[in-house]
Amino acid sequence: MTTLVVTKRMAEHPADSHTITRYQATGGYQQAKRALGMTRDELVEEVKASGLLGRGGAAFSAGLKWSFLAPERPSYLVVNADESEPGTFKDRQLLERDPHQLIEGLIITAIANEAHHAFIYVRGEYSKPARRVQKAVDEAYAAGFLGTGIFGSDFDLDVVVHLGAGAYICGEETALINSLEGLRGEPRLKPPYFPAAKGLYMKPTIVNNVETLSNLPHILALGSAGYTALSSSADTGTFMMSLSGHVRKPGNYEVPHGITWRELIFDIGGGMRRDRALKTWIPGGASAPWFVPEKHLDLEITKDATAEAGSMLGSGAVIVMDEDTCVVRAAERIVRFFAHESCGQCTPCREGTSWLEMILRRIDEGRGRAVDLDLMLDLGDGISIGLEWPPRMTTICPLGPSAVSPILALRDYFRSEVSRHLEAGGCPFPGGHIAGEEEEEEE
Amino acid sequence: MSVWSEPTRQRATEIIGRYPKRRSAVMPLLYLAMAEEGRLSEEGMREVAEWCGITPAQVQAVASFYTMYKTEPVGRYLVSCCTSISCMLLGADEVLGAIEDQAGVPDGETDKEGHLSVEHVECLGACGGAVAVQVNYELIEGVTPDRARALVDWLRNARPDVVNGDEMQELFGTRRSFEWAIHEEDGAVGPYPAFQPLGTVGR
Ligand SMILES: Cc1cc2nc3c(=O)[nH]c(=O)nc-3n(C[C@H](O)[C@H](O)[C@H](O)COP(=O)(O)O)c2cc1C
Ligand code: SF4
Ligand code: FES
Repeated sequence: MTTLVVTKRMAEHPADSHTITRYQATGGYQQAKRALGMTRDELVEEVKASGLLGRGGAAFSAGLKWSFLAPERPSYLVVNADESEPGTFKDRQLLERDPHQLIEGLIITAIANEAHHAFIYVRGEYSKPARRVQKAVDEAYAAGFLGTGIFGSDFDLDVVVHLGAGAYICGEETALINSLEGLRGEPRLKPPYFPAAKGLYMKPTIVNNVETLSNLPHILALGSAGYTALSSSADTGTFMMSLSGHVRKPGNYEVPHGITWRELIFDIGGGMRRDRALKTWIPGGASAPWFVPEKHLDLEITKDATAEAGSMLGSGAVIVMDEDTCVVRAAERIVRFFAHESCGQCTPCREGTSWLEMILRRIDEGRGRAVDLDLMLDLGDGISIGLEWPPRMTTICPLGPSAVSPILALRDYFRSEVSRHLEAGGCPFPGGHIAGEEEEEEE
Repeated sequence: MSVWSEPTRQRATEIIGRYPKRRSAVMPLLYLAMAEEGRLSEEGMREVAEWCGITPAQVQAVASFYTMYKTEPVGRYLVSCCTSISCMLLGADEVLGAIEDQAGVPDGETDKEGHLSVEHVECLGACGGAVAVQVNYELIEGVTPDRARALVDWLRNARPDVVNGDEMQELFGTRRSFEWAIHEEDGAVGPYPAFQPLGTVGR
């Protein structure tokens, strides 16, 4: 079965995997100490060779990103713990259950990028995860692993846990940087504002996701060769997937790359609730184009296979919907999210997402018109020129184009369901699940 | 001329000291202002502006960008029900409806006594434990309409001083996104997150 990496400690020591005592008793902080004896080049090369891809959604090589760090100093490190993409809850588990693993990854990254100041940006609603991380940071300071002269070396490293305040867009790295500077969390234009060149306070800045950093102690411990050997596919290491919706066993699963969607949903996820048929699933968080069983069930879960099929693995969030689901309402809920979270800087995103939401709502409520699907595709084309995936990007950030993904699903797979709404003068579905006490007993 | 108490002022100094530039402290100081007064007031925002060396209008612009800085009055217990996709698939609209009914408070509003506020929110990062509900940002997972009604009654009658997530999970929750073996003592004392940087929490 699967080799667990980032969730191993919490699986084996559920009662105290979050404490510094347990962390050190299971080999913790050895790699951070070792990293102090390595050069920036050695660390960057090792991480590049490991093939580690960022786990925040864009799947960009971590080692390559580090190699782009501009020479100007000071440099900063920012940990992206803003996890807010609907369907995604893996970082919360890593924050609550193994915060020292993250801190060790942070220390390694700070050493590699010569940063003496790091920020962990935790979304505002994660008050408990933030408390757990702050406690772990306090423990690490008390042990001399953070602060002045870490591990008795001459390397200083300060860490601030920074709480967001309820804005999904702050997960986008340049918006996050603006937010940290005490500004509104609006994305910056790239170029020129690539964080590795002009980031926090216009200084070179590395932004990495929680899961990305949590892998680093293991990469150093196993060596890049040992780490790449964990996976038989082109994508190295393991991948945390958050499974939700109509599966029997929702949850976070650390899986090897290269299993199929069928295995994920029907074996790991326990299959469909109440034995209903699978209608569709979203493979990589609310932003991703949808998959359907007729075409995609036996595809491998890898970056390339998913991209070839026109979607992305994104944040690793898989949202499963059964045959009773009204896809119009599901689309409305996702578009509503993006309309609400649009920062408003780009007109097509600000206006287009609100229009899409309004049209989907009127179809759902039986006030739809025959032209509505075409109208939505037109609006979508205004936000994401050519309706391509990955999007051509005429907006400042990818949030706007993400809102179009559910519309593409309606166009490609569910035209007839839109028509049925128009014919029936409302939603033809009986009403979805209500997870109730009666089902708890069934389980 | 500061309106803040001495401990709060000390904390503000400490927080600012941790950032390379004082303006970066605006978000934690806004939370500090909420914790000091139990709400975010004009006065509080002016105070934050002074500490961060920016204008009150700049603080206002930041505060209004984020949903968790409530410039309107909020009840002692802020009940937030996730109605994003994964929770919607498992009955979130019905759970929100049950909360509104039992509390007699529609989505987005506060009762006359200033006791309960009800809001729908976007994904809380607890989608494996749908339906997710938070009270003062302390999480309960696997909430059903019946359990949501019981939660509202409990907040009305028991009026806990400290809202503790583990306790509420036991009383009103079912399935979680992942297991949690540790019982936490900390909890929220008002409608803002029970977290202050540098190691102090809500109580
Ligand atoms: C709208 C939007 C929201 C994002 N939200 C998050 C997030 O919550 N967490 C995250 O790690 N990355 C998020 N990202 C990706 C970040 O911009 C960035 O790519 C990532 O933090 C880099 O870290 P990684 O390379 O380790 O993945 C988001 C991107 C966009 C466009
Ligand atoms: S695409 Fe939308 S969220 Fe992104 S910068 Fe433009 S308006 Fe803001
Ligand atoms: S969709 Fe409700 S917690 Fe994520």
